Amino acid sequence: MGIPHEEQVFEKVVLELSVHNHPGVMSHVCGLFARRAFNVEGILCMPVDAGHESRIWLLVRNDTRLAQMISQVEKLEDVIGVAQRGADRRVFEQLEAFFQ
Amino acid sequence: MHLSGAQLIVRLLEQQGIRLVSGIPGGPALPLYDALAQSMQIRHVLARHEQGAGFIAQGMARVSGHAAVCLASSGPGATNLVTAIADAKLDSIPLVCITAQVPSAMIGTDAFQEVDTYGISIPITKHNWLVRDVRDLLTIIPEAFRIAESGRPGPVWIDIPKDVLTASIDVAVLPLPGLRRAAPELNLDLLGRAAELINAAKTPVLYLGGGVIAANAGAAVTALAEQAGLPATMTLMALGAMPVDHPLSLGMLGMHGARYTNYALEEADLLVVLGARFDDRAIGNADKFCPKAAIIHIDIDMAELGKIRRPDVAIQGDVAAAVEALRSLVQANPRTQWCERVAELKRQHPLALPHVEDPCSHYGLVHAVAAELDDEAVIVTDVGQHQMWVAQAYPFRRSRQWLTSGGLGTMGFGLPASIGASLAQPERTVVCFSGDGSLKMNIQEMDTAVEEGVNVKVIVMDNQSLGLVHQQQDMFYGKRIFAADYKRHTNFQKIAEGFGMQVFDLDASPDPRATLRSALKAKGPCLVHCSIDVQQKVFPMVPPGAANTEMIGG
Ligand SMILES: Cc1ncc(C[n+]2csc(CCOP(=O)(O)OP(=O)(O)O)c2C)c(N)n1
Repeated sequence: MGIPHEEQVFEKVVLELSVHNHPGVMSHVCGLFARRAFNVEGILCMPVDAGHESRIWLLVRNDTRLAQMISQVEKLEDVIGVAQRGADRRVFEQLEAFFQ
Repeated sequence: MHLSGAQLIVRLLEQQGIRLVSGIPGGPALPLYDALAQSMQIRHVLARHEQGAGFIAQGMARVSGHAAVCLASSGPGATNLVTAIADAKLDSIPLVCITAQVPSAMIGTDAFQEVDTYGISIPITKHNWLVRDVRDLLTIIPEAFRIAESGRPGPVWIDIPKDVLTASIDVAVLPLPGLRRAAPELNLDLLGRAAELINAAKTPVLYLGGGVIAANAGAAVTALAEQAGLPATMTLMALGAMPVDHPLSLGMLGMHGARYTNYALEEADLLVVLGARFDDRAIGNADKFCPKAAIIHIDIDMAELGKIRRPDVAIQGDVAAAVEALRSLVQANPRTQWCERVAELKRQHPLALPHVEDPCSHYGLVHAVAAELDDEAVIVTDVGQHQMWVAQAYPFRRSRQWLTSGGLGTMGFGLPASIGASLAQPERTVVCFSGDGSLKMNIQEMDTAVEEGVNVKVIVMDNQSLGLVHQQQDMFYGKRIFAADYKRHTNFQKIAEGFGMQVFDLDASPDPRATLRSALKAKGPCLVHCSIDVQQKVFPMVPPGAANTEMIGG
């Protein structure tokens, strides 16, 4: 999935999605990335707002197709908003320790 | 009011303006069917295969522009719908598909006729639901119509467990019907820049896609073209947006476009892309398409802007509104020099229509049918050579005159989509050009056509072959024809008679034009059979991966 043409190193970014919290949302989001051959390297998901919404963090590569991918994500009816973050990746780095 | 879930659905469909639905019942769907039977407003058309039901709904939606409804039961009923829904997704056709599911308590137990309809429908719909509570129907049903018709239209899918259909609910007032959301506001600065580019261009071309039809923008686009001297080419999905015999029409572009069309595009210094998505069949090799042209891209779907080619000006919005706004900003200009150059290309490289004078030949039959009809008729096709011959040769002059499976290219589309078109607009004659391969894919719907008495004329162009595959093997696989010819001839006339359809055979007719005329004038559905030479090709043809200017033949 999502193999870059050259052995290029891409900066990693975090996409922060606010979504309606119901079963099926993760299928919509993950299916979209898989279907459009865009690699997701890490996923975090937690309910917020007393469980009405969820926040999904996706660790992805900032390659040339990212803007297109964000446009596609924004079209999902259950996605309330998408923000692109660069620096907040620490949480993924800290998690790595748990996965050793 | 005290209602069951099923009765509530019927009430919500009624107030949504639905008068016709198509489907096939089954166990978990029976509560819904029982409620439907009580409706004084909604007529149910029983298809003979759920794919047929899906395409009947598509036919209704494609001629009307409004969301149409199809129904199926759980398990195989739902999976049989998949192809028709995927087809609607790729061609942006608004559908509301409703399936029944096993009772909630049995979901996840591999119950009889349980499939993960929700999971299956995610990638082929705009949105989908598994209804978990009868109260949710009050929001989901109107929302389904709103989503299907808003923005870029498309199919939505509602899967409803049997216990939700039978559950009871007290409803004080019904929610309002779901209506199309207003399009996003146009960016006037960007429109101004687009107008400047158009005003400065020497050799601009309009590239019209299915979005022009969806937005009912044909007349506005034609007016813009006339005002600014803009020749216009159309994708397969946009045929009819501008009359093909309009002096500014460049006809269809792409893989089977005319030589003059693809050559004119090569000379374009500006491409104004309206409701089109740079599909590979339309543009060929993307890097070599319109190499000299700046690009203005206008589309309701933000995600299409920049997906394949980076535009110089990208505008999200309703195409009709955007074009109307452009008309007040663009200078009147006959652009005589460019239009003369285009006319010269048309003279030098016209579309070749071999044997067109013979009504029993591929192009000749298309012209012979057109000669008997006016623009009020609806022309439908299946998928294959016959589809391309009709696209190339039929004189389309009206939006929604032409229904074809473009994005998915689904054989079997033609007959059920024709039935749906005719049910929605019974005053029109509907002609379905089909191939012998495609017709076999939903031939059971002849039964539906006869039962409903629809005004559908099926014209089977019988080359005893999967012609388009035959053509590819002949041209690109060393003439090794494999799994493309039918070894036995099928007697379509007998099959049609078996279903109770009237039959006309052009092969046996001393006067094929007269026979065709009687067929098109006959009341109700009929089959017109005509043998076609299997060696005939669709030309010109852009080989896969080549630039549009590297055409073979024609
Ligand atoms: C459901 C489906 N299966 C396979 C194909 C691949 N395919 C494209 S055209 C074609 C042959 C069509 O044959 P026919 O309907 O007889 O039309 P002809 O090309 O002979 O005019 C095939 C098999 C398809 N488009 N759709």
